[in-house]
Amino acid sequence: MNIVVCVKYVPDAQGDRTFNEDNTTDRANVDGLLSELDEYAVEAALKIVEAGEGEVTVVTVGPEQAADALKKALQMGADKAVHVSDEAIHGSDAVATSLVLAEAVKKIGSPDLVLTGLSSTDGTMSVVPAMLAERLGLPQVTQVSTLEVADGTVKGRRDGDAVSESLEASLPALVSVTDQINEPRYPSFKGIMAAKKKPVETWSLADLGVDAGQVGLDAAWTKVESFAQRPPREQGEIVTDEGDGGTKLAEFLAAQKFV
Amino acid sequence: MAEVLVLVDHADGQVKKTTAELLTIARSLGTPSAVFIGGNVEAARPRLAQFGAEKVYVIDNDDVENYLVAPLAEALHAVVQQASPAAVLLPSTTHNKEAAARLAIKTESGLITDAVAVEAGDAGVSTTQSVFAGSYTVKATVTKGTPIITVKPNVVPPSASQAGATVVPVDVQVSDAAKGAKIAGREEKQKSGRPELTEAAIVVSGGRGTGGDFSPVETFADTLGAAVGASRAAVDAGWYPHSNQVGQTGKQVSPQLYVAAGISGAIQHRAGMQTSKTIIAINKDEEAPIFELVDFGVVGDLFTVLPQATEAVQKARS
Ligand SMILES: Cc1cc2nc3c(=O)[nH]c(=O)nc-3n(C[C@H](O)[C@H](O)[C@H](O)COP(=O)(O)OP(=O)(O)OC[C@H]3O[C@@H](n4cnc5c(N)ncnc54)[C@H](O)[C@@H]3O)c2cc1C
Ligand SMILES: Nc1ncnc2c1ncn2[C@@H]1O[C@H](COP(=O)(O)O)[C@@H](O)[C@H]1O
Repeated sequence: MNIVVCVKYVPDAQGDRTFNEDNTTDRANVDGLLSELDEYAVEAALKIVEAGEGEVTVVTVGPEQAADALKKALQMGADKAVHVSDEAIHGSDAVATSLVLAEAVKKIGSPDLVLTGLSSTDGTMSVVPAMLAERLGLPQVTQVSTLEVADGTVKGRRDGDAVSESLEASLPALVSVTDQINEPRYPSFKGIMAAKKKPVETWSLADLGVDAGQVGLDAAWTKVESFAQRPPREQGEIVTDEGDGGTKLAEFLAAQKFV
Repeated sequence: MAEVLVLVDHADGQVKKTTAELLTIARSLGTPSAVFIGGNVEAARPRLAQFGAEKVYVIDNDDVENYLVAPLAEALHAVVQQASPAAVLLPSTTHNKEAAARLAIKTESGLITDAVAVEAGDAGVSTTQSVFAGSYTVKATVTKGTPIITVKPNVVPPSASQAGATVVPVDVQVSDAAKGAKIAGREEKQKSGRPELTEAAIVVSGGRGTGGDFSPVETFADTLGAAVGASRAAVDAGWYPHSNQVGQTGKQVSPQLYVAAGISGAIQHRAGMQTSKTIIAINKDEEAPIFELVDFGVVGDLFTVLPQATEAVQKARS
């Protein structure tokens, strides 16, 4: 069983996230890390391989610092990593990112499973997995909170508001997992040491045969025209409960015409 | 004027409020046409007509319901080819976002998700999104193809404008490739009888501070006719269903009033509620970050504050 996991390097949500002058997300001047939601995909892949056999390759499309995301995944236990990095990729939208990822997956060699997170914690679009499935011609078993792979079939449960759906597809398939699926492991000391010797390949667009004109800010099919920081919310009245906190809350609701 | 397609959100012909909102937006961009997937279009037509749908494209094909996402994308592709619309609007659900993603690739069109405003602009359709846990707003346009835009609920008040809602059946042959992921079973979830989280005008949420006892949260919610939400800590502990989780990996809500009880206000929770109009918090810890956001806060125990507030509200009503 060969599994490719797509992982993204994102600005840390605990820090101050901001934009560059060209309206793209600032990834260079802020602390970044492996998107937390992709840890669940790495964990899911490791579990499958540990229960049987095979290899887990992690792949990222991103700037130089994105190597950190790969490192973390290797420390968790992935076998090897591919870093697609090219000046021309800067400013790519989801459509272009999915193109580059699709070509990288093909070059890695047709895996049985392509695994992704639920959504990136910076873009939060949850669209790259479906785009990848479309481009690779794979069935999509997406947003699942359970995952079972056996006898060439993948099964998973997709929880909606009104219904839970049981999904089924034959391999190869693309699967995205939610943060309900498992508890991602922390890298062990052994894992951290072992990661240093694991192979990391760096590929350019030329290595993938992708024309630089198809990606990047100028080729994006959407354009961010402007951004504005939301004015911080003004803190309102804070009362300490001295036996009348609930009454005061109700008075506030009445004054605001909620009652 | 060019057509603007609106994917209808419905349950067996019962049209949801988001559809009326999207039709209202579509009228400001062009001539609205609804796209109805399913067999019961006659049940839906009056409401689609009421909110201005000139045409209703109908795709009645079981494959679209029996396989995940890919057939819906093919169905939408077929309608886009037939109508050459100025834009495609879809309610921002996970399912629709994924179908929109595939449609974007098929039609070589730009995709914008989770818009909170959509307007006609000089450079075509212009959208507003709320990003980075609600700390920034971004204005964006689509520069290639047909703008495909998923729109959040509650971003405009629906306004009626009668139109013909002429039914146009569309025959879609779903490809074998699109039938790769089968929906092998469906399990209905139990209904709470409360308003839907993303549509509710008031949401009352509980967190780890409830210690697993949501009854004061639920009672207060019911007094206000509110939906009940939960933090991830409460969901992970098994105290409340995941479908009620508010935040980055749960629901993003933007109600008139959000009440957080026993919730600290982590960035991932804020991402789901920061754009609420009015925010109230009850927390024992005066240092809890949730208080930075509030219009009104009570430093206190939710187990005494909420029941007292419930009683006071009931008294004020009677
Ligand atoms: C990738 C990722 C995604 C995430 N997605 C989400 C998400 O979608 N939604 C989400 O909510 N979280 C999410 N989280 C988790 C988030 O970081 C926090 O851990 C979580 O929100 C904490 O929940 P809480 O506020 O209920 O618990 P805590 O942080 O433990 O806070 C409990 C609060 O209750 C107060 N309290 C205790 N007892 C009482 C009492 N009797 N009366 C009043 N107050 C009391 C305490 O003072 C404390 O402030 C995510 C985390 C990650 C890493
Ligand atoms: N630049 C990237 N490199 C690798 N994987 C990515 C990248 N962008 C998105 N993904 C994958 O696609 C998933 C959904 O991302 P998104 O559509 O941006 O929310 C993520 O959880 C990743 O698994």
